[in-house]
This record gives sequence, C-alpha cells and structure tokens, in this order.
Amino acid sequence: MNYTSQKSLTYNPSLTRNIGNKALTIISALFAIISVLPLILVISYVLIKGGSYINLDTLILEPEPPGDDLLSAGGIGPAITGTFIMAVIASIISIPVGVGGGIYLAEYSKSGKFAKFIRFGSNVLAGVPSIIAGVFIYAIIVSTKILFGSMFSGIAGGISLSILMLPTIIKTTDEALKLVPNDMRRAAFGVGASKFTMITNITLPAAFSSISTGVLLALARAAGETAPLIFTALFSRYYITSFDDLFYEMGSLSVLIYNFALEPYEAQNQLAWAASFILVVVLLSLNILSRWIGTLGSFSKNKV
Amino acid sequence: MLLSVDKASRSKFSLRTRATSEKLVDVGFKNIVVAMASMVAVVLFSIFAVVYYESTESISRYGLRFLFSSAWNPVTDEYGAFTAIYGTIFTSIASLLIAIPLGVGTAIFITENIIPEYIRNVIGIMVELLAAIPSVVLGLWAVFIMEPFIRPFLKIIYELFGFIPFFSTEPLGAGMMPAILILVIMILPIITSISKDSLKQVPSKLRQAAYGIGASRWTTIFKVIIPAAISGITGGVLLALGRAMGETMAVTMIIGNSNNFSWSIFAPSYTISSMLANQFGEADGSQVSSLMYAALILMILTLLVNVFAQWIVKKLSLKYQ
Repeated sequence: MNYTSQKSLTYNPSLTRNIGNKALTIISALFAIISVLPLILVISYVLIKGGSYINLDTLILEPEPPGDDLLSAGGIGPAITGTFIMAVIASIISIPVGVGGGIYLAEYSKSGKFAKFIRFGSNVLAGVPSIIAGVFIYAIIVSTKILFGSMFSGIAGGISLSILMLPTIIKTTDEALKLVPNDMRRAAFGVGASKFTMITNITLPAAFSSISTGVLLALARAAGETAPLIFTALFSRYYITSFDDLFYEMGSLSVLIYNFALEPYEAQNQLAWAASFILVVVLLSLNILSRWIGTLGSFSKNKV
Repeated sequence: MLLSVDKASRSKFSLRTRATSEKLVDVGFKNIVVAMASMVAVVLFSIFAVVYYESTESISRYGLRFLFSSAWNPVTDEYGAFTAIYGTIFTSIASLLIAIPLGVGTAIFITENIIPEYIRNVIGIMVELLAAIPSVVLGLWAVFIMEPFIRPFLKIIYELFGFIPFFSTEPLGAGMMPAILILVIMILPIITSISKDSLKQVPSKLRQAAYGIGASRWTTIFKVIIPAAISGITGGVLLALGRAMGETMAVTMIIGNSNNFSWSIFAPSYTISSMLANQFGEADGSQVSSLMYAALILMILTLLVNVFAQWIVKKLSLKYQ
C-alpha cells in the first residue's frame, strides 16, 4: 500500500469527523445548559417571588382561613415550627436506628447473608415511593388510633418521615465506616480495646463527618417531603401550645404549599410562595452545609 | 489454654482478663445494632404486609379486572385503576425518553475535558442541587409559571397535529404533558449524577488507547467510554424510572387528576400516586381498600424496577471489568 505524502497530519477542520465532533460537542453543551436552566428558573422565581412576600408578620402569624381578603392572609409561623418538630421526631427515630444498622453492616458482618439482605433491603426501601410510607403509617397508626386514641398527628407524620430517612442514613454510615482504614481497627485491638470501645472511640469519630453528611442530606429530603404528611399529620393552622398538641393535626411548610397553591385566592397563593422561599433556602443551605462538612477530614479512597 | 500464665508473669506483663461488664457491653452492643439493622427488613415487610392486608377486600372483589377497568365511582362502589396505571407508566416512560439524552449528554459534557474544570464543577453541583428542591415547590412553580408559559406552544401543536389521537385535546391547563415535563426536571439530577460517577470511573487508559489509534473525541465516547460505563448509566436510568413512577406532589398538582381515560397527552389524567394523594384523605369503606390495591400495584411496579436496576448493574459491571 502506498501511504504517502498527500495526507496531512495537521488538524483539518473541514473533515466530516471533525465537523461531527464539533456538532456533538455543541449539542452536549446545549443539553448541559437545558439541564441547568430549570434550577436557575425555579430558584430565581422562588427567591424573588417568595422573597417579596417575606416579612415579620408572614413568619410569625398563623394563616387565616381561606378567603379573598388580601390583608388577612396571616402567616406561616405554625407551618415552620411544625416542619421543624416533625423533622426532629423523624431524626430522633431514624438517626440511632440508621447509624446502628450501618455499624452492624460495616463492623460486624461485611458480607454475610444477613448483611447482604439488609443492604438489598435498604436499597429497596429507598426506592419505595414516599406516598407509600404515608399510606403505611395511615394504616398502622392513624386509622387504628394506636397512639393514645389520636388519629392524624404530628407524631405520625414524624414517624412516616423517619421511614424515608432510614435507608439513606444506613447506607451512608455503612459507606463511611468502610472507608476507615483497617489499620486503625487493628491498632485499637492491639492496645487491648474491646470491639465496643474500638467502634465508639475510633471508627465512629473517624467517620463522623461523612456520617453527618448523610444525616443532613436525609434530613433535608425529609423536611421537603409532602406526600407522606398529607394523610398522617394532615394540616393545622394553629401553633403548638403544649406537649399534647403533638398528638393532633400539625401543619408543615410543604403541606401548606400544596394546600394553598390550589386555593383560588391570591393571598393564600402568596403564602405558598413565601413558604417555598423558606423551605428552599433552608434545604439548599442544609445541602451546601453537608457538602462542606463532607470535605472536612473525611477518608477517601485516594487519601488512605 | 495458651494464655494460662502463672501469677508471677501475670503481674510482670500485667495481662488482664476482660471484665464481665465489658463483655456484657460488647455483646449487648452487638445485639442492639443487629436489632437496628433488622429494622429495615421489618419496615419493608410490614409495608408490604399492611398494604396487602388492607387491599384484600378489593383484590377478592375485582381480581385482575381492577387493572383493566377505568371505572372509578364511589357512588356505585365500582373501581378500576386502568387510567392511573396507564398514566403512571406513560408519564414515567415519556419523561425518561426526554431525560436520558439530556442527562447523559450533560454528564458527558461535565466529565470529558471540554471546558475548564471550574465550570464543570459548577454545572455538576447545580444539577445536583436541583434534586434538593422539594417536589411540592416544583409543583407550585409548574402550576404558576411553567404551565402558563408552555400552553401557547402546546396549543400550536394541537392546532397543527390535532388529528393525531395523542394531541387530540385542547391544552387548557393541567394535563399529562406538563406533568411529563416536571418529571423530566425531577429525574434529570439522578440520571446526570449517576452517569457522571460511572463515566468518571472509566480508566483513563481506555481513553488514551482510543486516542492513540486515532479515534476522535466522540468516537471514543460512543465506542469506548459509554460501553464501559453502561452498567452505571443503566442503573441510574432505572433508578430514575422508579423515582418517576412514585413521584407524587408535583404530578398531583399539575396532571389535572381526572379518571377519564384519554389517549391525548394534553388531557388531564391520573397516576397511581396522584390518585392516592388526591383521594386517600377523604376515602372510606371499599374505596380505601381499592386505593390500597392501587398502592400495592405501585409498590410492585417500583419494586420490580428497583430490583431489576440492582440486578442489571451487577450483571453488566461484571462484563466490563
């Protein structure tokens, strides 16, 4: 074969392959822009439109019953506290259980049958639609009135959110503990530590930042959830005034957005935008915070 | 026993046996974490058991007829979930078809060396932050901003192609098409971030080898990198499908919640999750049981998709190792 001088080795932009290359690069850039666009649009609308309805009254007052009187819309105070309370209830349940489960997977049985099944199970549980968690809690807690005879309650709402947090926390704890180098475990055993001491004094502190990243992400997801709350916690326009109120209907930001977005009244829609503002600001800060914590002193495969 | 040492050397080396309390703590702690780990299984099984138990009445009354009838009438007590099942599957598949090229394209754009790393990271983080926006906020945005914005465009499509059954209803607000678009926005971050992770894991030797034999960038991407990362990408796509099927709030707010079956993507429709969100609160009697039956179907659908996703990731990743 005669493969000689005519073919230049320099880059020739008019070749089909080079044109095709450029076209595909431009298309992928276009796709990237389209993917980022919704975030920019949603965030700017929520921040500008929602932010303009934020003032002290909106943050503190109770929402008024739906009506078309603009001046008496009230505020989203009880919804803010309700979301906070239910997130706390969900955390109290899911953080110990999730971290404990993760400890079992990473420290006691790394590849046993039961551990494999639990890992599979938490993947499946993570894929269960959030509304199913609501249906489930409705069936076992709300309709049976098993909690001191109360039906819809903030506690039931918190429990349904904890189901959604559980798989994320188990998985991140498992992953975080796996990244702790085995030398640290051996060193602990070598100086005579028991397994309990080793876990609580060595591996858990070492994995702390990665675990808290996972917990914060799970919490952020749960705080924004609506579906499981619409028939477990339902909604309430009033502030919590006593411990007993935990056993009654409780408002939350997300359910307020859902209810008030579909009201025909301008004032209620404005409260929905204001609630979205608060929710989005809180959740985005939680996300950014968790990213920042994740970069602090965590073990990565390369570092070790 | 090897460790049986006499008293003298015991004091010399200060060898100690573990105190009973220490042993108890050790064993107790293990039992506690085992119990906590099994909570996952307990919750999962009880979700299935409870949803199945609550739907037995409806299952025995309708059987599989429930899947193919679109009657939903609380007055005559006649229920069938065909519209909702069709809506669930159709909206999630359609949104997947739009989101796959967008998500995988974005992932390629931010993993291949096309633009400076700084901008790539910013795009990556922005797409992932999109996942942090709650469904209900996206729904609010869809109702007040997106749907009014796209309605004129949908109207043009209706006027030009209205004779095709898929476009045969006038777009008047909430409907299947806006629901599909909002689902695209919701599943994009999943597809993008998982594809990005699996593209990043492709060894750079493969890339260098392809460039070395004279392949262009996109030949390398299509012939080498994507096939090597296909297990992760497929897993991400299936995960996104599961998410799209179960997505509730944004869809409920924008799909129109109508049980009348229509081929048109501009008509109001239903998904199983939007039906649950919309009706569960006010339902009683055999309607609850029928809704539970629909919930069971949704669970089985998402379970199949998720298990298949895990299986395919295992299967395909073995192939390319």
